[in-house]
Amino acid sequence: MKQLTVAGKVLTLLFAAVFLAACSSKDTKDDSSAADAAAAEAAARSAAERAAMEDAAMAERRLQDAVAAVGNVFYFDYDSSTLKPQAQAALDAHIALLRTNDRSVRLEGHTDERGTREYNMALGERRANTVRDYMVVNGIASYRIETVSYGEEQPIAYGSGEANWSQNRRVELK
Amino acid sequence: MKHLTAVLVATVFVLATISARAELVIEITQGMDNPTAIAVVPFAWQGNGTAPEDVAQVIDNDLARSGQFDPVGRGDMLARPSTQQEVFYRDWRAINTEYVLIGRASVTGQVQMRIEYELFDVNRQARVLSGYEEGHVNDARMLAHRVADEVYETLTGIPGAFATRLLYVSVTRNPGGKDFYRLTLSDSDGARPIVLLESREPIMAPSWSPDGKHIAYVSFETSRPAIYRQELATGARVQLTNFRGLNGAPAWSPDGNSMAMVLSKDGNPDIYLMDLRTRELTQLTRHYAIDTEPTWMPDGRSILFTSDRGGRPQIYRYDLRSGATERLTYEGSYNARARVAQDGRNLVMVHQAGGQFHIALQDLVTNRLQILTSTDLDESPSIAPNGSMVLYGTKSGDRGILAAVSVDGGVKFRLPAREGDVREPAWSPYMNR
Repeated sequence: MKQLTVAGKVLTLLFAAVFLAACSSKDTKDDSSAADAAAAEAAARSAAERAAMEDAAMAERRLQDAVAAVGNVFYFDYDSSTLKPQAQAALDAHIALLRTNDRSVRLEGHTDERGTREYNMALGERRANTVRDYMVVNGIASYRIETVSYGEEQPIAYGSGEANWSQNRRVELK
Repeated sequence: MKHLTAVLVATVFVLATISARAELVIEITQGMDNPTAIAVVPFAWQGNGTAPEDVAQVIDNDLARSGQFDPVGRGDMLARPSTQQEVFYRDWRAINTEYVLIGRASVTGQVQMRIEYELFDVNRQARVLSGYEEGHVNDARMLAHRVADEVYETLTGIPGAFATRLLYVSVTRNPGGKDFYRLTLSDSDGARPIVLLESREPIMAPSWSPDGKHIAYVSFETSRPAIYRQELATGARVQLTNFRGLNGAPAWSPDGNSMAMVLSKDGNPDIYLMDLRTRELTQLTRHYAIDTEPTWMPDGRSILFTSDRGGRPQIYRYDLRSGATERLTYEGSYNARARVAQDGRNLVMVHQAGGQFHIALQDLVTNRLQILTSTDLDESPSIAPNGSMVLYGTKSGDRGILAAVSVDGGVKFRLPAREGDVREPAWSPYMNR
């Protein structure tokens, strides 16, 4: 019973507020009929801006989709730090996106388990550097790129054999 | 900065805890053809309650692991003497035993342990060695290892290396997450493991100072590799390097004053020398190839390292006085990560043959190469301070394990961990008593 009384009071207050708001809006319209043209122009301008922003957002989304499609891992041949054509194409998608922002990236170089650990640290660094150099040549400032080698310390696949090894010889872009 | 500190606290623990999970298990896979038959009789315990450690069993296991001895089973012993008066040679001739070791252990004061031992030659019917070891009761196993060292030296002429310790890296896999890396210190037989460092980021390249009191290693705990030095007694540690690029493979000079290391801060991996007092760096190699894995010749006059300057990785020697570099290995297309025995003559390394990676030994006087192992993916060889055995990392199934081989290839044993992967063993120098 008490709750109903409270609800009734709230309703009354709301009514009053809506009535007052309606009156004040009517007053404003009466006083500023000269600003109508300016308002219309501003609306048109913001619509154009909005459209441009939507286009840009769409373009950005397309770049992000392209990056998502190629992934952020680039694979290498055994004992090689040469960028393969497929990795190059994937990197191009990342580079296109990075040109539209000022994000910094980290390139982590990895190897398979064959060979000694320290030599693999050096090989992982070579791979990360190859990717970095390709990005720099294509217009990404070197200060935005950090490279770290993990050698053979962080495999994706723990087993031996080429099926596992090929997954581990990689550079990850983060 | 605050963020970085929080990350450090969250991911790195400098610990000194016993971890049974990291413990190594020893499996002898190959011994010598004619091992010496020796009876290590259970030592008499002259104290209250039961003995804190079966000292004779520790000695028995040490001698068996060397592959040069075939200890008599306790069940086959016709007598269990603990004093010279109780030794009757006919008891031992009857079971074709060549040597008999007896002993007595007691606790003096509250915590001092004393182990007395006597070694008898059954054929000559003579006592050939007697002595004692004393130390803290908590170090009973180390005292037993010292007895084993004395027995080994008496019977082989080569100092024993049982009273030494090992460092190794172990990894517990965490599928879908970050692995756990541990740096562990243990006795030379893998017992009494102590975790020195635990991290969610890789730990690599553990190495010893020549006096065995400090260690160095590489840790990625800051999300980049950096070289650290740690004092074993206190756990106090210092970050020695934090350069852009590689910070790897720390190697103490024989005089303990400087450390060779790999840095790529100037573009590509080269060997540098750090003066440990001033922290001053000297660049030793200057080549666009990969130069890595420095190790010292025992005389401290030159450093061996791996380089692919000839196209494939091979071992080179850098003379610290002249600055001259010479290539040492020519057999095979992959020779890397050299370690040299204290005699300055036996070089062990990773050698690729028939597509597989083995541990090989090259005699630096004759340059003859001998492949010591028949397993694949063998790496990280480390030589015992007496030059007798090489400990290395290898793979069994898809697990990393430690294994050992004698420098003549005749004796082999494996040290898998109870769980997880183990790798990068580093055999300590002789420990100062």
